[in-house]
Amino acid sequence: MSTKRADAEPDVDRGVLSSYDRRRGSVRAGMSLVHVLLLGGLVIAGLGPILWLAKAAVTSTADTITQPIALWPNGIDWANLAQAWFEVHIDQYFLNTVLLALGSWLFSLFIATTAGYGLSVLRPKYAGILNAAVLATLFVPSVVLLVPLYLTIVHPPVGHSLLNNYLAVWLPAATNAFNILLVKRFFDNLPREVFEAARTDGAGPFRLFWSIVLPMSRPILGVVSVFAIIASLKDYLWPMLVLPDPAVQPLGVRLPAIQSQVELDVFLAALAISTVIPIVLFLAFQRVFLRSAGLGGAVKG
Amino acid sequence: MKRTPLTWFRGGGLSNLLFLAPMIIVFAVFSWSPIIRSFVMSFQKTNLITTQWVGLDNFENVLSDPLLGTAIVNTLYFAVLALIFGFPVPLLLAVLMSEVKRGKGLYSALAYLPVVIPPVVAVLLWKFFYDAGPNGVFNTMLGWVGIPPQPWLQSATSAMPSLVIEATWAAAGGSIIIYLAALLSVPPELYDAAEVDGASVWRKVWHVTLPQLRGVLFIMLILQVIATAQVFLEPFLFTGGGPNNATVTVLMLIYRYAFQNSLGGNYGEATALSVMLAIVLAVLSFVYFKVTERWSSN
Repeated sequence: MSTKRADAEPDVDRGVLSSYDRRRGSVRAGMSLVHVLLLGGLVIAGLGPILWLAKAAVTSTADTITQPIALWPNGIDWANLAQAWFEVHIDQYFLNTVLLALGSWLFSLFIATTAGYGLSVLRPKYAGILNAAVLATLFVPSVVLLVPLYLTIVHPPVGHSLLNNYLAVWLPAATNAFNILLVKRFFDNLPREVFEAARTDGAGPFRLFWSIVLPMSRPILGVVSVFAIIASLKDYLWPMLVLPDPAVQPLGVRLPAIQSQVELDVFLAALAISTVIPIVLFLAFQRVFLRSAGLGGAVKG
Repeated sequence: MKRTPLTWFRGGGLSNLLFLAPMIIVFAVFSWSPIIRSFVMSFQKTNLITTQWVGLDNFENVLSDPLLGTAIVNTLYFAVLALIFGFPVPLLLAVLMSEVKRGKGLYSALAYLPVVIPPVVAVLLWKFFYDAGPNGVFNTMLGWVGIPPQPWLQSATSAMPSLVIEATWAAAGGSIIIYLAALLSVPPELYDAAEVDGASVWRKVWHVTLPQLRGVLFIMLILQVIATAQVFLEPFLFTGGGPNNATVTVLMLIYRYAFQNSLGGNYGEATALSVMLAIVLAVLSFVYFKVTERWSSN
């Protein structure tokens, strides 16, 4: 065994299988089988439902019900999409969804970067206490916030009720301790010499933030952006509670409500339209998505 | 030197505060004070106009609710099923995917695709797939291999497993990406050493790969338990808690206490139940934090 291994080339990024293993007939056949099964399984499970939905969006109701798994519809019914977009007012909910996601994104980025900068670079005396207070909220599951936060929205400390106001979604979305922690850790690892040099050249704290720290932090800003936008597109319970007026609700909240009011084919077309933004974002920024997921996509309340 | 407002200002005190103020204000209003308020409210009865202290009444009422036991059992059942389905499958897929030499990016992207679909859309789509008639999508597929149509969401016994299958499908991609990252950090020398000892492929997986992943496996276990203990969307949209309360979860009960009655919710009981759930989960989060801290300092 060891003599056989000696002639194998060094394999630094190897996994379980060595290059010697890979040349063995049984392992080769096994790996080919694994390849086929894996790719087939992932295509069916990952892409299948989306392709099915895309097909159903342009198929008549009768066709979808009688032959749900037909690969090709009997006649394409483009009218479903137009009907969903204009008559069911998906256009309006689509716009609401975009506005909610954009606002949550901007507020999250603003809070996470200013707080991260304050806690990591400026570090006033009270930074330690603040940092602990932010970290502590990570241990509090989101369920605790549900009722008291709702009542805060109904009776905010200043001004009128924030019900049906997008600030009721944007501001709580920005209180994400995990994002602040990520940004702070990233800032902690930036070279201090650069900051010192900039300070010597007369850059104040605002200049340092805007022209030095932020441009150096693109990778982490991308990750926080993905977290903020995806969280906003996925949210259901919170926007449903604080946006009771259908005119301001996003797609995610509207879809279950309109299900009983529209025909199945139009409803499936509406579902298909709802997947467009996240899928386009994912395809465009795949690497940022997968890096964010590796960082702890599962970390939530 | 004497500390005066002027030295504070000259030392950058004001700009420090300007940078931290947005976070302090937003957290104070929308995070810290609601958290404190939730503990206070669990001892109160309020209709938003008048508030009175009621001691432990809310806790007693919640604990004597006959539905609470059902909700706890259902939530635990969901969590256990989610572990049985949702734990080994992503791990197995990740180990296989990490052996793929070419096209890794395509595999990861395909696996992650369900995660980016908004959960509401996924649930509504699967609700159609779960149609109990013989022409339902899944029932048609079962028909190909000679299995009779299943009731899926319509029966109290199969409703919960149906929810868990969808939830697993929706979340597996995230776990796979995390495991793939962890697999990259397994030192190759360990495999080399195992081969010198004559270990087979399976023994390498069992004695090298899995032990090396135990850290990330433990973290994922705790995170999954914390997430499944707060499951709401699937039972709410798939079944509304039915059939026959078979899918009522703890968070759905909290929602019902607080928001189902349009005349004004029973906020005291809702917060009392949230606080009890939170204490259980906070213990888990604390263990998680301690363990990750130990691993990251090593």
